[in-house]
Amino acid sequence: MKVLEVKDIRKKFDKEEVLKGISFELNRGEVLAIIGSSGGGKTTLLRCLTQLVTPDSGKIVVNDDVIFDGESEHRMSDRELREKRLHFGLVFQQFNLFPQYNVLNNLLLAAKLLEDERLKKAKADKKMRKEAMEHIEAKAEEILKRVGMYEKRFAYPCELSGGQQQRVAIARALILNPDILCFDEPTSALDPELTGEVLKVISGLKTSDSTMIVVTHEMEFARRVADKVIFIADGVIEEMGTPEEVFEHPKSEKMKSFFSKSVEVIAGGKKEE
Amino acid sequence: MNFLQVTINLAEGFYTTLLLFAITLVGSLPLGLLIAFGSMSKIKPIRAVVRGLVWIIRGTPLMLQVILVFYGPGLIFGLYGLDRFPAVVIAFIINYAAYFSEIYRGGIESIPKGQYEAGQVLGMTKTQIFFKVVLFQVIKRIIPPMGNEIITLVKDTSLARVIAVNELLNSAQDIVGEHAIIWPIFYTGAFYLLFTGLLTILFGKLEKKFNYYAG
Repeated sequence: MKVLEVKDIRKKFDKEEVLKGISFELNRGEVLAIIGSSGGGKTTLLRCLTQLVTPDSGKIVVNDDVIFDGESEHRMSDRELREKRLHFGLVFQQFNLFPQYNVLNNLLLAAKLLEDERLKKAKADKKMRKEAMEHIEAKAEEILKRVGMYEKRFAYPCELSGGQQQRVAIARALILNPDILCFDEPTSALDPELTGEVLKVISGLKTSDSTMIVVTHEMEFARRVADKVIFIADGVIEEMGTPEEVFEHPKSEKMKSFFSKSVEVIAGGKKEE
Repeated sequence: MNFLQVTINLAEGFYTTLLLFAITLVGSLPLGLLIAFGSMSKIKPIRAVVRGLVWIIRGTPLMLQVILVFYGPGLIFGLYGLDRFPAVVIAFIINYAAYFSEIYRGGIESIPKGQYEAGQVLGMTKTQIFFKVVLFQVIKRIIPPMGNEIITLVKDTSLARVIAVNELLNSAQDIVGEHAIIWPIFYTGAFYLLFTGLLTILFGKLEKKFNYYAG
């Protein structure tokens, strides 16, 4: 079943075209890895999907809900924009946890605000409200157990390692039940010895109905976990297919040269060890 | 004049000083935030006007502003002028709001963009992001410069005597002039030191309170 449809997304910053017509589709339960060298447009693509950046043209549809349509004259209100955004969860390279809240409250803040809004609309009474909030708290604890951060639920972000912070950030995105969970280079800001725990959590999230998009430099991870791989260079999709097709039988010259460089880096790193 | 009489006289002046200090803070702290938003506005004309005003207010002496607010309405427009104390209060509120606005702006602009973006992708409104995420971090960051500015305000209250408001220093000078004794001036210094000392302790405590997290 198709979850996401991206059609001919274009984006210019000043005069420089960063995305030159990106189109792809994603089915429910699939993991998409987006690879490519820095500055190629990977992060911009994620930011277009999550509407942190408005594309210049193209169309984005999630579960038959049009998130963005460059053709449409209709200008979205803040409220609409917020609703559309919630189709996506986004985990940032720099975690972006809220430093003044402990782990648990980092999860609860937005979840409770959204629930509050819904309850007000539904004119909920006190009892319903209490139940709803307790339900959210229970859910937060369950999710923290899933990412292995339950014991640290009362710690503040500054007391955690980068890997732990990123696991909390993943939990924070999960609690809102996004249709598609996006990761923007989730391990690039981490020390090498900490990337493993985060990648393990991400692969652990893979189930039949969790759709994920991961922008990553971890080729091994992309090969192992992804169902579909997109290689982007200079704002264009150069290669798209299963990990096997992209990694074993690349067609484009750019992919071949990118891949051979990545392999050199991996091999070089191994030698030093 | 004996010690008790001097103390009573100075205490009266100190009451005016305290009042001026308190009203100025109550007025200028929120007004400063408003000015800060103006100086960060996306609308260029608003930004330019607000920044221009801040430049004028920070670029001229507070004493000049006090004189202008007191005499200006009467001499320029022929209006019935303000009383002394309200005139000083207005000049002080405007002046301190301008300084505070720059401290707020610095604090707000120092918060990483990622904090706003995290709030956005979590479906929070702009208002929620500002009040639930950003503001607290801003306050933590601006406590030291705010402490500095507020201690300056304690001493600046003495400028009110330029239009003969009977604040602490004015009371002291009256005694010195009338009775030809110098020690009340030192005594006045002790009042200021005590007051600023208390504020220093208070700000230290506040800073500690915000120290439960780093960043």
